[in-house]
Amino acid sequence: MLNRATPPDFHPIENVPVLSPDRIDLSNGSKMFVFNAGEEELVRIQWVFENAAFQLDKPIVNSALSGMLLEGTSQYTSAQIAETVDFYGAYLFPEFSYDHMSLNLITLTKYVDKLLPVVISVLNDAIFPQQELDTYIRNSKQSLNISLQKNDYVARRNFNNVLFGNSRYGYIYEENDYDLLNREDLISLYRSQIVPANCTLLVAGKISRETLDYISEQVESQWVNPTQKSLTTVPAFQQVAPKVLVIEKEKALQSAIRIGSMSIQRSHPDFPALQVLNATLGGYFGSRLMMNIREDKGYTYGIGSGLGSLKYAGFFTISSEVGTSVCAATLKEIEFEINRLRQEKISLNELTLVKNYLLGSMVGSLENVFSHADKFKQVYFSGLTLDYYDYYSQQVKDVTPERLMDLANKYLDYDQMTKVIVGKL
Amino acid sequence: MHEAPETPMAVVNILYDVGARDENPNQTGFAHLFEHLMFGGSINVPEYDKHLQLVGGENNAFTSNDITNYYVTLPSVNIETAFWLESDRMLSLAFSEKSLEVQRNVVCEEFKQRYLNQPYGDVWLRLRPLAYKTHPYRWATIGQELAHIENAKMEDVKSFFKKHYNPQNAILVVAGDVKVEEIKKLAEKWFEPIPAGEAYIRNLPLEPRRLEERREVVQAEVPTDSIYIAFHMPARADKDYYTADLISDLLSQGQSSRLYRRLLKEQELFGEINAYITGSIDAGLLVVEGKPLREVSMETAEAAIWEELEKMRSEYVLDYELEKIKNKTESTMVFSELSVLNRAMNFAYFELLGDANLINEEISKYLSVTAEDIRTLSEDLFRKENSSTLIYLSDTHA
Repeated sequence: MLNRATPPDFHPIENVPVLSPDRIDLSNGSKMFVFNAGEEELVRIQWVFENAAFQLDKPIVNSALSGMLLEGTSQYTSAQIAETVDFYGAYLFPEFSYDHMSLNLITLTKYVDKLLPVVISVLNDAIFPQQELDTYIRNSKQSLNISLQKNDYVARRNFNNVLFGNSRYGYIYEENDYDLLNREDLISLYRSQIVPANCTLLVAGKISRETLDYISEQVESQWVNPTQKSLTTVPAFQQVAPKVLVIEKEKALQSAIRIGSMSIQRSHPDFPALQVLNATLGGYFGSRLMMNIREDKGYTYGIGSGLGSLKYAGFFTISSEVGTSVCAATLKEIEFEINRLRQEKISLNELTLVKNYLLGSMVGSLENVFSHADKFKQVYFSGLTLDYYDYYSQQVKDVTPERLMDLANKYLDYDQMTKVIVGKL
Repeated sequence: MHEAPETPMAVVNILYDVGARDENPNQTGFAHLFEHLMFGGSINVPEYDKHLQLVGGENNAFTSNDITNYYVTLPSVNIETAFWLESDRMLSLAFSEKSLEVQRNVVCEEFKQRYLNQPYGDVWLRLRPLAYKTHPYRWATIGQELAHIENAKMEDVKSFFKKHYNPQNAILVVAGDVKVEEIKKLAEKWFEPIPAGEAYIRNLPLEPRRLEERREVVQAEVPTDSIYIAFHMPARADKDYYTADLISDLLSQGQSSRLYRRLLKEQELFGEINAYITGSIDAGLLVVEGKPLREVSMETAEAAIWEELEKMRSEYVLDYELEKIKNKTESTMVFSELSVLNRAMNFAYFELLGDANLINEEISKYLSVTAEDIRTLSEDLFRKENSSTLIYLSDTHA
């Protein structure tokens, strides 16, 4: 008779090493990292640029540079770029984040030679036509207005503003900021930022020697902007006093909640162990916040917490959307769960579960060659090497209940956290 | 079973052949609520998630109008845990009152978060009943209204389980770092003893061919006007399904597509514009949706969409344009192959459609669509009397 009440035996989770890339320093001043693996005949090339310094009088020029990058070069119109990319079934898209901008190309390997010339034209001489800029401004204003009706969005930007002030991480932009955009500023930023010396290329896929030679040769010989790296200034963040900010929305059915504080970055030795603590509190489906606030009380569809590691700062945040009538009760439970981590040692059973979950999730996040490249990117731009992941796994395995309680007392203090509520309290 | 040794993980995917279309019209949202209850403990295992997390696994599920799909990813060395957990909840749930009460609340909050407390969140709550009058696609998977979920009773939960959750209605796909022989043994050990259950005979009312244009205009507190035009299109098994899919791609796949290029970029009428199909098993919808710019009137915007649709009806698409969207379809399929989980889900879905191997014929079905097919189907689709138009007029739109 099959015994269904007893779980099957299970085995310890083996580490999977992150693929170590080949590094190639190109003669034009850019660095290239190559991840060669996989079975599918496709390749992803990412050109990653560090963002230039944030300027308060031109607050959205950095993100607009990304949004406008594909809107025309002296050789191709915006329409021609789109047409070529679509014809070869490829994806070419810029991505903007607080610290970096990247241009990403994903294509079947057989079409690399059709698409690379277009990308190189974009890197060499994008022209930011006025008409396209007008369209960009119009459409961006429209989508901003839509986002501003989402409580979660409003909560996030206000939370970031309390923590980071008027910096690249915290500035709250409004519709009229788009009116400050102009071609001259975009072109000048483009000239200083989109240059080989400020670029890291990540190439991932099943790549033959021939394809790799073609890519590096093209990038090296065709992309020759002046190799002066733009200067960025390091923003300084003050430790801000905790603040409670309530933004009333009369007709809200749910309130969006953001609670958190400044924290440590990935490069800090405590970071992996703090991730275990974060997972315990709100970092996975079985976390205490989920179990208490969703699975026991049914106040929300979801609640979670996370650690954000940015280039110049780290932060911790809890976020949720809850029924307006249970918003105050939710805050009480969040406080209760944080204090419980500070006052009581976690049981070994729960700790084992969190550890195994994290170790399994690490292995699961390395599904294909692109995810290996993503993992590399994460440490590389934190100023770390792939050894970090060995350190991470070891730290996760080694962390004790005592250490977690110490970390909770050091890094999680509900009274010192900023609370932003959008909706009704 | 699908061996993919490039990852140290395994995927266990179970598709149950039940979706919102199988619900009682007075108890909509039940299939989705039930999906939540599947995590509330089974007959021998009080806590599903904990055991899975303990062996390094993760899981999730989704419900559509057609199916309910559960998936687990975990280190392949621990795959038996997934068999244990999934087979026990197929055998029987614990039917805990507490779980029902909590998940009713959770789903009501989900309803609010995704459908009520967002600008345009209620689109599908309005568009479905406008487009469908007979077929159960007339309600959304979340349910027609909150009250249907609030009123769910334990006896309904039990009978729903009995009717739909048994081996006859399930498709199991295992993929990843696994060996077919071992999987076969595990399946025999854990799933074979479960009684097959009664067969569920689906007998859904067909939506009659449409004879009149439909329209609903809503005055709403949204930041900008918005328009949705839904057209009835062929069912998943119909050869014209592929033609309809390519038509939606011609209209809006990529920034060189017709609607994006002409209406957003050239004529500067819209801030956003899209076309897509619902992809359902029974006759579905092809939807064109857009948000006109503030200074553009809804009449102008709507007329411009129809002008593009008229061109689809009266003119042949260029060979070049057809080749372009076929290339994109082909490469998108290669890109999606990167994910073992995607592959597993696709196998289960195509098995439901008749044969898992059908997935290998998808590309050739798309490639065989001709310019004539596209014009002929467009002519039939883009008729006023085949359209259901939902318009949001913003309080603040100039």
